[in-house]
Amino acid sequence: MNTMPLPPASSRPVLEVRDLVTHFPTRAGVVKAVDGVSFTVHAGKTLCIVGESGSGKSVTARSILQIVDEPGHIVSGAMILHWPDGRSTDIAQLRNRSRAIRDIRGRDIAMIFQEPMSSLSPVHTVGDQITEVLRLHLKLSKAAARARCIELLGQVEIPNPDKAIDRYTFEFSGGMRQRVMIAMSLACNPMLLIADEPTTALDVTTQAEILALIRKLQDQHGMAVMFITHDMGVVAEIADEVVVMYHGRVVETGSVDTIFHNATHDYTRRLIGSVLKLEQKAEIRLARAPLDDAAPPVLEVHNLTMQFGAGKNPFKALDNVSLIVKPGETLGIVGESGSGKTTLGRCLMGVYRPSGGQILYRRADGTTMDVLQADKPSLKAYQRDIRMVFQDPVGSLNPRMTVAQIIGEPLYVNNIAKGRALDDRVAELLERVGLNPDWRERYPHAFSGGQRQRIGIARAVALSPRVIVADEATSALDVSLRAQMLDLMMELQDRLGLSYVFISHDIGVIRYMCDRVAVMYRGRIVETGAAGQVCDAPTHAYTQALLSAIPRPDPRARRMHERFRYVA
Amino acid sequence: MLKFIAKRLLWMIPALLVLSFLTFVLIQLPPGDYVTTYIATLSASNEVIDQNTAADLRARFGLDQPMIVQYWKWISGILLHGDFGLSFEWQQPVSGLIWERMAFTLLLTFATLLATWGIALPIGIFSAVKKYTVGDYIVTLFSFIGLAVPSFLLALVLMYVAAVKLGQEVGGLFSDAFVTAPWSFAKLWDLMQHLWIPVVILAVSGTASLVRVMRANLLDELHKPYVTTARAKGLSEFHLLMKYPVRLAMNPFISTIAWLLPNLVSGSIIVAIVLNLPTAGPMLLQSLMTQDMYLAGAFLLLICMLTMLGSLISDILLALVDPRIRLE
Repeated sequence: MNTMPLPPASSRPVLEVRDLVTHFPTRAGVVKAVDGVSFTVHAGKTLCIVGESGSGKSVTARSILQIVDEPGHIVSGAMILHWPDGRSTDIAQLRNRSRAIRDIRGRDIAMIFQEPMSSLSPVHTVGDQITEVLRLHLKLSKAAARARCIELLGQVEIPNPDKAIDRYTFEFSGGMRQRVMIAMSLACNPMLLIADEPTTALDVTTQAEILALIRKLQDQHGMAVMFITHDMGVVAEIADEVVVMYHGRVVETGSVDTIFHNATHDYTRRLIGSVLKLEQKAEIRLARAPLDDAAPPVLEVHNLTMQFGAGKNPFKALDNVSLIVKPGETLGIVGESGSGKTTLGRCLMGVYRPSGGQILYRRADGTTMDVLQADKPSLKAYQRDIRMVFQDPVGSLNPRMTVAQIIGEPLYVNNIAKGRALDDRVAELLERVGLNPDWRERYPHAFSGGQRQRIGIARAVALSPRVIVADEATSALDVSLRAQMLDLMMELQDRLGLSYVFISHDIGVIRYMCDRVAVMYRGRIVETGAAGQVCDAPTHAYTQALLSAIPRPDPRARRMHERFRYVA
Repeated sequence: MLKFIAKRLLWMIPALLVLSFLTFVLIQLPPGDYVTTYIATLSASNEVIDQNTAADLRARFGLDQPMIVQYWKWISGILLHGDFGLSFEWQQPVSGLIWERMAFTLLLTFATLLATWGIALPIGIFSAVKKYTVGDYIVTLFSFIGLAVPSFLLALVLMYVAAVKLGQEVGGLFSDAFVTAPWSFAKLWDLMQHLWIPVVILAVSGTASLVRVMRANLLDELHKPYVTTARAKGLSEFHLLMKYPVRLAMNPFISTIAWLLPNLVSGSIIVAIVLNLPTAGPMLLQSLMTQDMYLAGAFLLLICMLTMLGSLISDILLALVDPRIRLE
């Protein structure tokens, strides 16, 4: 068997965490967010902590710096930090406001966070926020701190660092902001870098660049990296060792190869399994009879153009987009943020009025209508036939309406059902998406993320639509729920004869569920084709570049270093 | 930025013209005019004025002309000569009456503002950081008592304390000896001795709401991720609190400057009357009651202008402190 070599014995431990316990006392009782966690981080190595939301991985990271939000606190355990000169300290014994812990924060252990926008102050310049660390820990003079800050910004490959230093975070893109964050954390050459989901909010190509940057800096400085993520692909690409967490406990620790190919714990196997499941086409799709290619399309889009703003800098979010959606098929729209895929979805829904082009809709009786020229009543009828599922299962459900009201609203406002009939219909819909109909008087907050997304789907199918536009419908869900949700959507599709326009940035999801894929880049469709062909043998250079940046969940086939950029 | 300010200033001209007309119409709306009120006052002391004298008075004040003509005379006087007309009741030019009062009002308002912010902001920060502790409850209790006590009552109590216990002269902003005296250090000291009473009264009632606003703003900011980032850098709690969340929580206060300026004229009337302060509020009230239309009109116009200037100033300040707005 081709196992990865274990870290050499000479590799020095930087941080040893032993039986760490962190509790959050709440009114409903104590939440044991971290419940006896142990692991060791070695110099020059990358330790990945993986787990689904709520597994306690973030709280573990914050416990190390003692920056857990109130009312959370460390109950017991030891966290021994070893300095290169042989000294060591138990961080768990330091008071969380003491001088000693503050000296460690930012100097010996630095941290980067998930959301680079909200994790940096919007009203202070980038330079102000970085030089602060230098002046605090290294006692540099103002001028020296500024010079060092410019040097750091150059190291993280920010263009024109001498100008960037005086700019504000909102003037940078997401990837650039994360570079600023990294520059800030590297300011004092820390022994340990803790990265809490640092690439989750970024596009795959940006993610690949940030991961490569962290690796490069790690090699240069020999620091240890503790990387927290839920993305098994990223783990396979970068980890030396992996800690798998579940419900506040470590279920398995091992080298990355062992975890992916020789896991012993059931949970780890299930986690890897649900990741690998999304690496191929869904069984339910492989088993299905091929779609009727001759059937006339339900939606035809011709040369759709959407321009925002006028005058000097108009922005073309959609540029001559043409596509068709056939009955019963799933058309995937894939692209990076800003590629226009959400705008396309909104134009299809009739939310935006495109600046040019044509959307033709074929009704169930075979007649066609031009959506952009339609009068009010036929537009209303169209909007009953085409519904939407949103990305954010929290924000897209009104917290002050019961689930019955949320799902029943489209039926009620369209005068389709009232009173008893409405209630029966809602119960039936809930059953259909796999939720207990007795829960319909509850409010959305009583449901988990996956259940809320099911509510969103029930609302979308309430009016028996013919087309559903799903905009990143599974992006906010954990990977184990993702496949379940996609299976549910495909089952509904087969039962109700739905067509899906499935907008996603996740190639795995697209491959799993879609029949055909359109790849978008800067408002244009660069490639359309069968899902298998586009995902495995793309013809357009942009699609090839995009796919090359996607981490593969197999540590034996690391390939992100082979990625290449698409230059238009 | 300069272009923005110039544009806003230009827009104020047509807005002010429309507002001046509306103001004038509003003043004319109640039945009767100054002469009616004047006659009513005289008849209360058993003096009777016959119709002819009344008509004479009306002609002399120009009250017999159509409203539009009166408006034209008024507004052209202001625009061409800076002449705001004559106060009927005081028989003096309006401009002379207004400016002295406005100066004292300005002094009082800014002294109050400093006191209110000086007390409220630290308390607000304290009670946000120490949320749901004994300290938070105590300051919250006191600030609500401050809000609940009517300011005229507090004025009477303080006047009693100052006059009886401290032996001070109360009421007004100066002792009798200094009212007409030229400015000197003694007069300034005298002013200070009088000023503290209205400042304390107005600050007490204003503090409570400000404490609550500051507390709520700061509570929103305290758990933002950038605070955690700052903590992870190793900053001390006090340093990071002041530099990040407090800085962002202050932004909404800058918007309040917009309604601070018009309050100069129309705010705190009751306290000013109780304490007999030579500020704008009581004079505005008096002029409205006696239908002293040019005086009232000048005050109302001033309020309109201050409202617009106030929102311009707060917009400019907001842009200065918040780069997100500045660079849009």
